[in-house]
Amino acid sequence: MMDPGLNHILFISTALFFIGIFGFLTRRNLITMLMSIELVLNSVNINFVAFNKYLWPHKLDGLFFSIFVIAIAAAEAAVAIAIIINLYRSHQSIDVENAEDLKF
Amino acid sequence: MNEILQIKLLGIFSLGMDLGWALLMIPLLPLLGFLLLGLFGRKHMKQSAGIFATLLLSGSAFLSLHTAYGYFFKYGKLEGVYQKIIPVQFTWLQFSPGVSIDLGILLDPISVMMLVVVTFISLMVHIYSLAYMKGEERFPTYYSFLGLFTFSMLGLVMSSNIFQLYIFWELVGVSSFLLIGYYYDRPSAVAACKKAFIITRFADLGFLIGILILSFYAGTLDFNTLIEKLTSTESAEFKSIASSSFIGISALTWALVLVFIGGAGKSALFPLHVWLPDAMEGPTPVSALIHAATMVVAGVFLVARLFPIFSMSEAALKVVAVIGIISALFAAIIACTQSDIKRVLAYSTMSQIGFMMFSLGLSGQSGEGGLGFTAAMFHLFTHALFKALLFLGAGSVIHFIHSNEMKDMGGLRKYLPITHITFLIACLAISGIPPFAGFFSKEEILLAAYHHNVTIYWIALATSGLTSFYMFRLYFSIFWKKEYIVHGDAHGEGGFVMMMPLILLSLGAAAAGFIPFGNLVSADGKVLESVFHLQFSIAPVALGLIGIFTAMWMYKKQNNRPDQIAHSMNSFYKLAFHKFYVDELYLFVTKKVLFNLVGRPAAWFDKNVVNGLINATGNSTVFISEKVKGFQSGKVQQYAIYFLAGVIGLAVLFIYIWK
Repeated sequence: MMDPGLNHILFISTALFFIGIFGFLTRRNLITMLMSIELVLNSVNINFVAFNKYLWPHKLDGLFFSIFVIAIAAAEAAVAIAIIINLYRSHQSIDVENAEDLKF
Repeated sequence: MNEILQIKLLGIFSLGMDLGWALLMIPLLPLLGFLLLGLFGRKHMKQSAGIFATLLLSGSAFLSLHTAYGYFFKYGKLEGVYQKIIPVQFTWLQFSPGVSIDLGILLDPISVMMLVVVTFISLMVHIYSLAYMKGEERFPTYYSFLGLFTFSMLGLVMSSNIFQLYIFWELVGVSSFLLIGYYYDRPSAVAACKKAFIITRFADLGFLIGILILSFYAGTLDFNTLIEKLTSTESAEFKSIASSSFIGISALTWALVLVFIGGAGKSALFPLHVWLPDAMEGPTPVSALIHAATMVVAGVFLVARLFPIFSMSEAALKVVAVIGIISALFAAIIACTQSDIKRVLAYSTMSQIGFMMFSLGLSGQSGEGGLGFTAAMFHLFTHALFKALLFLGAGSVIHFIHSNEMKDMGGLRKYLPITHITFLIACLAISGIPPFAGFFSKEEILLAAYHHNVTIYWIALATSGLTSFYMFRLYFSIFWKKEYIVHGDAHGEGGFVMMMPLILLSLGAAAAGFIPFGNLVSADGKVLESVFHLQFSIAPVALGLIGIFTAMWMYKKQNNRPDQIAHSMNSFYKLAFHKFYVDELYLFVTKKVLFNLVGRPAAWFDKNVVNGLINATGNSTVFISEKVKGFQSGKVQQYAIYFLAGVIGLAVLFIYIWK
């Protein structure tokens, strides 16, 4: 049995990234879209950590970056949910198809 | 020098006023009337407007007379020569230390004479209008316009500076526009006032260019300096203006001819005369004012004011003389055929102005040669008196009969006795019958013409015969011809208020000829001995009498002689009756030639090319934005796709192209 290398991990993170993108583009429910964004962010986190571990094992920059990303993702989730609640109040729905008033 | 108002204290007035302030009051009183009546007249001075304006103007007339007396008999003369005095002068626009436009008052014989003429005639018109315009809806407005008109003309004659004169010149144009269009609900009056304004304004363009040329070469706008610099053949300015030329004509001649075009427009000389007959749409007293004292004599005054410079250019003087004599004859012929009494008078004005102009054009600068100048100014003076009288008399006839047409008149001498007598005096005066005023002035003009240009003399002689013919045609048609049958309620002649100006003016028209004018006004300021040759007077007086008797033979009794004569000169009569088709010519030139050849292509260019460019910009913007706006759909996921596509695009760019 072979140890998983950098390639395997990058494969997972790429898959995760595109799953997130796919979710973001196809889901109509805003909460689900938010969750898809979290997937994208997490794939980035995995990248940071993986690169840190395999390329510069004596440094901690990648780890710190992923901690920053997690913090920002938390803040972003709070803001996004606030927006979603407001949208629900005004439109009685969180379907993204209904929220297209802001156009030409 | 930055003093704002520098008024020399001459200490001449015994009333405790000095000359400068008294002179300033002359134009400022009518201006005050204009402002007060224009602002408050319609609300607060409905009845008293006329009296108020008349009082103000009589103040200014009194001051003018006082000034004239003082100037001519007390302080004007220095060693036998009348001086040009500038009692008031202040800097108005200082462009640079050397160049400025000043405002000031210039007193010399002609401006003093004009002050008297303008204020006196205007006062008569003011008084006359008290009765004539009574009950008009816009009575105060009328008087305020009269005030503006008088103010502008007084300012014009007193100007010490050619630019100042130009300002007042335009003001005269504006106020005549207002007065001719006084009955603004009549389309014909509106058309007439526009015509007068546009034609004089068009001519003023020439004047303005002339001013610019003169001041460019002389480096000053001030009359005295201008004349001084451009009349001595030694000065550098004169040499440069006389030597530089354009199309073979010297700049001096160009400038003077251009200035003269301005004067010809205001003075209604051929071919810029077409506005004058139409200007009869204004109230009749206004016509009296325009024709006698203001507006049309402004052109004569302008030439007289710049006369020393004119006399330096033979060619310019020749233009003045030729245009003058053409206008005189041309207008006299037309006047014989018109049937509207005010139009006859209008053409007679044009003819008389022509007399003044050619007399100026034939004059020399000094001594015996300057007879033409004195004669022109003398004729201006006497003409003002009898022409105002004629117009006011015509006004009184129109007031009585409510029509301008000769055929509605006849036999009025019983109903309008005072008008009849005064009108007769005026007709005799304009015909040059001794001892009335016109005789003396016309005699001097003819004498001047005889000495300088015999061709012009003969034409002028014939014209003066025609003058007496058409004036007496008018006189007999109004007052004799047939018995007038009064239908309905005939009110009599206007009251004392209307008759008093007539009587005063007729006294003037009868006696003004005895003023020794040569002693007062001459080209060089020195006394001009005018010599009367008895045998010289025979021809004009005889021709005048022939004119009168012909008119009497044709028009005293109702008969068919006028028709027969008109018939015998069929085509020529028609030509004259239609005023030689000058109006039609103007219409042809403007409507057919200018509109079709210039106006239409310009409009086409504007519509298609200029508008097209602007529209193309707008339309293409609209088109593009129509196409592009779909991108902003409001769909979040679409934006995300664009974003993603952008990112992928950048990634491809960075990875594969800019490695």
